[in-house]
Amino acid sequence: MLNLMVKYASPSLDRVFHALAHPARRAMLRRLADGEHNLSELAAPLRMSFPAASKHVRVLEQARLVRRRVVGRTHVCRIEGKPLAQANQWLEKYLAIWEANFQRLDSLLDELKANSGRPEP
Amino acid sequence: MKNTLKVTTPTDREIVVTRIFEAPRPLVWEAMVKPELLKRWLFGPEGWTMTICDEDVRVGGAFHWAWSGPEGAAMSMRGVYREVVPPQRIVRTESFEFGCDSQAGEQLATIVLTEQAGRTLLTLTVLYPSKEARDGTIASGMEHGLNAGYDRLEEILDAKA
Repeated sequence: MLNLMVKYASPSLDRVFHALAHPARRAMLRRLADGEHNLSELAAPLRMSFPAASKHVRVLEQARLVRRRVVGRTHVCRIEGKPLAQANQWLEKYLAIWEANFQRLDSLLDELKANSGRPEP
Repeated sequence: MKNTLKVTTPTDREIVVTRIFEAPRPLVWEAMVKPELLKRWLFGPEGWTMTICDEDVRVGGAFHWAWSGPEGAAMSMRGVYREVVPPQRIVRTESFEFGCDSQAGEQLATIVLTEQAGRTLLTLTVLYPSKEARDGTIASGMEHGLNAGYDRLEEILDAKA
């Protein structure tokens, strides 16, 4: 019942939710929320190789959640807030669709309450 | 708003939705199990209507819901009732299809209705087969969103961008 309305979003949001669907990438985002980190710093707590971490960062980049710049041999990563805010708006929209259903149910229940005093036909 | 919809994720594999209704429990129960009533409120996003609502609300009974939307888009939900305790509890399997795309694995939905002084609290718990399935519900669900022609969200996002 809950996934009835999850099918509609923009391709950019698809990428955001895809990026957020992996625990390692969420961990990276949490880490980046407190400021810039390089790729090795992101990889270390996850016990990941540099290439594996780089692959995850690429997914985050494609979703535009993270921006990476190469300084010498260091890959410096920074979080980008806007796509997250958009994803959040989408989720609010999703809840609003559910709420619209439930408000229709509210009205229906009012009607049933008004009728319930009467004998069954 | 006092009857606000709440969504929480108490465990790795669950999503829980709660909502209060200003009606006694037997009426909420009816509205959730009678096809002619379900059809009046359980729509999809704007522009969608419920086209099929087959219900066999008893243990082992099946249900089949379908909706049609813009540009010929279709989605459906099927499952089997595992527990039916009127007017308080339903447990059923649920499996979702969008066009030809089936959701991987079924989920278990538990609906509990609790009456509090003439009002009814609905608690809907969806248990996914895995954490990945739960976390991926939204992500995988939207892979095909482009085909549905539902781009109002994009308009909204663009307007706010």
